Amino acid sequence: MIGQSIIDLWHGFGVAVQPANLIWSLVGVLVGNLIGVLPGMGALSAISMLLPLTYAMHPIPAILMLAGIFYGSQYGGAIGAILLNLPCHPPHAVTCLDGYPLTQQGKAGTALGITMLSSFFAASVGITVMVLASPLLVRIAFKFGPPEIFSIMLLGLLSGATMSRGSPLKGVAMVVIGLLLSIPGTDVMTGIQRFTFGITNLDDGIELVAIALGMFGVAEFLRNVNSLNVAAAPIKMRLRDMRPSLAELRQAFMPMVRGTLVGTLFGAMPGTGPTITTFIAYAVERRLAKNPERFGKGALEGVAAPEAASHSKTQVDFIPTMSLGIPGDPVMALILGALLIQGIQPGPTLITDHADLFWGLIASFWIGNVLLLLLNVPLIGLWVKLLQVPYRFLFPSALFFIAVGVYSTNNNLFEVWEVLVFGIAGAIFIALDFPVAPILLGFVLGPLVEDNFRRSLLLSHGNMAVFFQQPISAGFMIVSILLVSIRLIIWVRKFV
Amino acid sequence: MTSNQSNLKDILGGGLMLVIGLGTCWQAAQYELGSLQQMGPGFFPMSLGVILAVTGLLILISGLRTAPEMPRMKWQPQWRGWLCICTSLVAFVVIGNFFGLLPATFSTVLIAAFGDRKNSLAAAIILAACMTLVCLIVFWWLLQVQFPLFKWG
Repeated sequence: MIGQSIIDLWHGFGVAVQPANLIWSLVGVLVGNLIGVLPGMGALSAISMLLPLTYAMHPIPAILMLAGIFYGSQYGGAIGAILLNLPCHPPHAVTCLDGYPLTQQGKAGTALGITMLSSFFAASVGITVMVLASPLLVRIAFKFGPPEIFSIMLLGLLSGATMSRGSPLKGVAMVVIGLLLSIPGTDVMTGIQRFTFGITNLDDGIELVAIALGMFGVAEFLRNVNSLNVAAAPIKMRLRDMRPSLAELRQAFMPMVRGTLVGTLFGAMPGTGPTITTFIAYAVERRLAKNPERFGKGALEGVAAPEAASHSKTQVDFIPTMSLGIPGDPVMALILGALLIQGIQPGPTLITDHADLFWGLIASFWIGNVLLLLLNVPLIGLWVKLLQVPYRFLFPSALFFIAVGVYSTNNNLFEVWEVLVFGIAGAIFIALDFPVAPILLGFVLGPLVEDNFRRSLLLSHGNMAVFFQQPISAGFMIVSILLVSIRLIIWVRKFV
Repeated sequence: MTSNQSNLKDILGGGLMLVIGLGTCWQAAQYELGSLQQMGPGFFPMSLGVILAVTGLLILISGLRTAPEMPRMKWQPQWRGWLCICTSLVAFVVIGNFFGLLPATFSTVLIAAFGDRKNSLAAAIILAACMTLVCLIVFWWLLQVQFPLFKWG
């Protein structure tokens, strides 16, 4: 079976190096990196802003480009964290702790070099895991009926809701809001218009891009306007500075391996966000260090481990997304949405029905990560300059990109209204300390959850026990219940 | 002080969820509920509404008790910024609808730029002009967005 995977992967490389695919992958990595570097912009805003552009493209280049944007912007976020101490991208917030002190000590180049190496190493491990694990997972997934699909989605939603920091109840509320947002439009089973309030523009449902851009674009601008102060100091960086010394490499090697391990483990768990993963990787290093007091003052380990964790998680996250159709985090939810728009249903049949796309995507991860490495060495000077673009120029321009981007999804100005509404709603949620990311998870999974819930109970003649009768489904349900009760117990104990 | 504020957030947030949940239930009741075996279009939204209302109520109750303090972002009212950002999107729809893509682009960026106190009039105009140029080249010429550049009424 592993032999078959390697043959398939070889075929995938053939797909990924086709000039058209290669160019789009490169464009994705470049643009993602560019947007990720800009202050206040993360992977989510980068992907949602560029999602409309992919609608007119073929599925394979479209997905390759989106994946490129994803890991490109992730890498860009690390640059902002290390050079400017900008925790704008939550997964990289922990990198600031040691990355910025390194910059202050004039070792920014080393920090970036180590980041690059860790990212590349971790991504490679993640890709290998994906190659080996996906076909296995698919074999199991072929046995899934509606009850299994419903219970694994429930698990994904609940872990997505409760694994974020803060109150688990607030996460659950946001998941439910996301599920509710998926309801307006035509009911698939009866053909009735639900929750459209007589607005014909809502007959086809709410636009995914409008939610993403509103919640992660406009809402962030509303939060940051006149409050985000970026003190940009001129930084000079030369190529030579980026090559770490042998001693530094030795120092960073084990943290890199451990970080990769943490990222891989957490990537396999549906719903665990990237932020919590990087924080855990950092905590592990600090616990294991001989002299933990160095952390926070520029320890290379504190840069290598979280960055490795975030990159291996990124890759492993694609496994449940592609083979089960269950996104691990909001970014994956967006990529899943993009696939659905292209008319491709992610799930066990994806690997057989769209072998080109699946293996091409895996191969392009490797190629994309090499491109990223090659791009960042000569372009680092440009990124440093981009980091200094003032926010007061950035957000008005981004607002225009958002408006024209969301318009072009359906050539309909109504969607700009949707963006505005979700922007304001998102800002209110953020102000009240609700996590907005689970909304996207709920929205993308909503139709599937409802459909499989209704089907399961139709098949079981209305008997709710159906979710506990099959071993696989029962397993997912028990894990879900355990997860929620543990999280709730921890949370409730804070009050007593 | 901060702990009082966080409680207020929970009370307000929980209340908001409670209201949205109850509203959903009310709207879902307009559709056929059906039975567990043969669910109608109202069943799923109704259950979500109930879950949301209960969750909201729990958040509200937890807000009434003292919670341990957590580091929270400061949230100061930025009326000028908020107003400009919202108006700029409204301007894109309204001006785009009546006058076309280029005037809409210019006014969107211009209005949004006024939201930042550090932007001068000249800076805002220059930025808006640059973005209009970008719009012309990238969106109209390269990506061929279906949107007339200029129109009247």
